[in-house]
Amino acid sequence: MSATKTSTVETTTPKISCSDVHVFYADKEAIKGVDLNIKEKQVTALIGPSGCGKSTFLRCINRMNDTIDICRVTGNIDIDGQDIYAPEVNVVDLRADVGMVFQKPNPFPKSIFENVAYGPRIHGLANGKADMADIVEKSLRRAGLWEEVKDRLDQPGTGLSGGQQQRLCIARAIAVSPSVILMDEPCSALDPIATSIVEELIDELRQNYTIVIVTHSMQQAARVSQDTAFFHLGEIVETGATEDIFTNPKDPRTESYITGRIG
Amino acid sequence: MTDISQSPVVAKKPSVDEARKKRTAKRYAAEKRFEYIGLGAVLSAGLFLVILLWTIVGNALPALTYNYLKVPIDLTSEKLTEENAATFDYRKIVRNGIYEAVPGVKGRKDRKKLRGLVSSGAAIELRSEVSANPQWIGTKQEIYLPLSDTADLYLKNLMGDITRPESERKFSDIEIKWSDQLKQQGKIDTRFNSIFFTHGASREPEMAGIWGAVVGSFMTLLVTLVLSVPVGVGAAIYLEEFAPKNRLTGFIEININNLAAVPSIVFGLLGLGFFLNGVHLGWFTLGGGFPRSAAITGGTVLALMTLPTVIIASRAAIKSVPPSIREAALGIGASKTQATFHHVLPLAMPGILTGTIIGMAGALGETAPLLLIGMVAFIVDIPGGFTDPATVLPVQIFMWADFPEIGFQQKTAAAILILLCFLIAMNAIAVWLRNKFERRW
Repeated sequence: MSATKTSTVETTTPKISCSDVHVFYADKEAIKGVDLNIKEKQVTALIGPSGCGKSTFLRCINRMNDTIDICRVTGNIDIDGQDIYAPEVNVVDLRADVGMVFQKPNPFPKSIFENVAYGPRIHGLANGKADMADIVEKSLRRAGLWEEVKDRLDQPGTGLSGGQQQRLCIARAIAVSPSVILMDEPCSALDPIATSIVEELIDELRQNYTIVIVTHSMQQAARVSQDTAFFHLGEIVETGATEDIFTNPKDPRTESYITGRIG
Repeated sequence: MTDISQSPVVAKKPSVDEARKKRTAKRYAAEKRFEYIGLGAVLSAGLFLVILLWTIVGNALPALTYNYLKVPIDLTSEKLTEENAATFDYRKIVRNGIYEAVPGVKGRKDRKKLRGLVSSGAAIELRSEVSANPQWIGTKQEIYLPLSDTADLYLKNLMGDITRPESERKFSDIEIKWSDQLKQQGKIDTRFNSIFFTHGASREPEMAGIWGAVVGSFMTLLVTLVLSVPVGVGAAIYLEEFAPKNRLTGFIEININNLAAVPSIVFGLLGLGFFLNGVHLGWFTLGGGFPRSAAITGGTVLALMTLPTVIIASRAAIKSVPPSIREAALGIGASKTQATFHHVLPLAMPGILTGTIIGMAGALGETAPLLLIGMVAFIVDIPGGFTDPATVLPVQIFMWADFPEIGFQQKTAAAILILLCFLIAMNAIAVWLRNKFERRW
């Protein structure tokens, strides 16, 4: 069956536009021709059952799949009109512009300060120590972690609680001032209270960043996202405004999934 | 109804319980049996270790002290000046001093025996003493000189049964008489055996020391360390982080694992054939030109031998760093090299260090390959550089164990003890480093 594309009226050009994206792991096709437009300064949720390829697709947007030897990506992914798989694109710069937050909080086993400062340092974003301290404070404030850690910046980031660690990872990602943040099930390892804090944070970050979030939780997608894309078996079944998808799904598979009958 | 239905259950229940109890008891018995077998294994291993250490320490202790004879030394000879103090032949002075210490010995044969009470290296010892104290020249002094090894062994009661007929002993009746007499007169002093810790090898047990071998071992290990660690860790990083996983890298991996199991003497043959002799290809010689018996050659051969260990340990350490750390670094735009050197390598460091030190400890105890490249040569001088002829601790032990003089038995045990101390120290450093780095976070 062909992917049904809901045509939400596009007033502006999308931040990220993907067309005919295929991903192969050796001979296995994991993503089978995905077209998706992601709007600027909005939260786009990718939902779907396990193994449907939503994480794989997310990792195409900052070329994290490059690190897997057997993985091959074809098709077009443009960010601000630039094909990110073009040979002249520097993957290091791309990943500074497209930050990523992973499923399991993965702070470096270094101090809280160092965790945030590492990105700006390798990209040469800070002029001197004071500037670096400024960047670290701003990033931690934006991630809503500053008040909790300002007195112990020299302590290991791995000593924080799970929710705090994940917000530290978000601070680390925004410290290199990206325009897009990819989140791969950022709350799946967190308890409900930490989850709600991170969700609030995502909602705030929307003002400054384009966010793409993969989630297993339909409620989370409904709470934090404006647009939703439903993946099934490596294809996009349905995309559209989150409200429409959840209240008025057009494809029977979407309906089955959001009502809990498949997945 | 209820009675009928319940009675079989009541009747059956004990038998079920009985069988289950039996099975459980059997299981517990098997567990206990296994526990005792394991405990027995550990205890017997511990017993053997205690026996080993007991024998070595018991044999080595006498080598730590040595008996010195107080000899009157006449330095008033006109031929001896401050200028030639370091080259003067002191043999005659020592000889006369001994005759003075035990007066009244006549006859060539007896006098020769008497001279033999003091070590043949005594003149050399005296020379270094006088050189260090030039103010003695022109005076008479009483100086402690080392006894011969047989006299020392007799005084330490290590000569065996001295009631045997004289012809079966190495120490004759008259020598025993003199020794006892000198001891009674208080002219013999038992001192810490500094010669053993400061001298190189010698044919005379009393003049033989371990220092030459210690320096040789140190230099050899330094060469091994400098060669094998950068190459080994570099190879491990490349294979783990950068190399594509294909047939070629798979083949390399299998071969590295196989190399770790190659007998060490084969590496010695490689050293002999390649580093010393070189491979002759018509007019062209590949390799060759390394100095024989030198620390640089031995170190290079040991480095080749240690490389697989270092590579395997380093790869295991790098592999055990969670991939999430790499992803985190790559995810904020670190290059592969930055992710590796800023994050993966520091986390893998304790494992790499442990592996390296274990490899080094193996190299320190290695004998066979060094025999083939000539480090078994009899070398008296303490090596002053990496190209000087040298020997190493295990080879020194091997050589001393082969010498017929009884005095070398204690030296051998003492050298083994020193080698063990170095090995224990290195392993302790490995444990310390691992704990230190692991506790950090």
